[in-house]
Amino acid sequence: MFIILDMRSLWRTLDRGVLRDVALVCLADAIVGASFGAITVSGGLPMWVPVTMSVLVFAGGAQFAAAGVVLAGGSPAAAVLAGLILNARLLPYGFTVADAAGGRWWTRLMGAQLITDESVAFTLRQHEPRRRRAIFWACGLALFGCWNAAVAAGAAAGTAIRSTGSFGLDAVFPAVLLALVLPTLADRGTRHAALAGAVIAVASTPFLPPGVPVLLALAGLVLAARPTRTAPDTKPALEVR
Amino acid sequence: MPLLAIAALAAGTYVFRLAGPLSGNRLRVPRRLQHLLSAATAVLLTALVATAALTQGHGFAGWARPAGVLVAGALAIRRAPFPVVVAAAAATTALLRLAGIP
Repeated sequence: MFIILDMRSLWRTLDRGVLRDVALVCLADAIVGASFGAITVSGGLPMWVPVTMSVLVFAGGAQFAAAGVVLAGGSPAAAVLAGLILNARLLPYGFTVADAAGGRWWTRLMGAQLITDESVAFTLRQHEPRRRRAIFWACGLALFGCWNAAVAAGAAAGTAIRSTGSFGLDAVFPAVLLALVLPTLADRGTRHAALAGAVIAVASTPFLPPGVPVLLALAGLVLAARPTRTAPDTKPALEVR
Repeated sequence: MPLLAIAALAAGTYVFRLAGPLSGNRLRVPRRLQHLLSAATAVLLTALVATAALTQGHGFAGWARPAGVLVAGALAIRRAPFPVVVAAAAATTALLRLAGIP
């Protein structure tokens, strides 16, 4: 109840344009979430897997990565490792939005779960402390609701799909990921590292257990060791979770 | 994917998220590490795209799937709406298979 009253005053501090942007991002993420639910379930995982994962992990990229490793026949350990490496970027995010997550210990515990690329990107655009708090919570809570509802709906729809191959659904998983990762490849060093990593992963796939080639791709990072001046990397991309 | 693996991923992720809010503004992550983390994200996701598009088990996935992913990538670069990108990937792959290309 206290939270609800608090939220209402938070809403009033935000203008229409910002709320519309949040709604658009929620819609885009809902489509990604529905794809995640449908792909994992039609790939053979039970429905509780994508649903539980989305509530507890709540990070699209890591969810796709972990599920992708498992669907390709990889070990759960490799899946967890890939997901954790992806989510390590949430660590600097946490320091960036620490003020917006709140002052009391329990709002920090709750707010931490709402840290995503999107909520951090929206929070960074605001400078006044009250507005930073308002947009962080508004965006975080809206995304949490949309994302989980969409994953559940997608998973339910996925149970109805039997022949993934003839509908070309096996192409959807890499296509979704490609659309998500493309904006982050604008930085030259990152792009070279990513391409080198992709070559390493594909070339080693015939010889290594599933899941390991993707981790081996991190060797490509040596090409991205130096930050370039043109790319501000403290700013998270809106498109990737 | 066992529940234990999901729990481990969730717990580790939560620790990453909580470190900042719990420490307040006392600590800062070095810029170099931030750059490395965002680059690692791009590298892992790109490798996942490449292996998921090109390989099946230990072998080649056939031409239909990478062709669908390529069409999706071209549309994404031209900033096509997300649903269009996804639908084009599935449709391209499905049509190629219908035409007899595996």
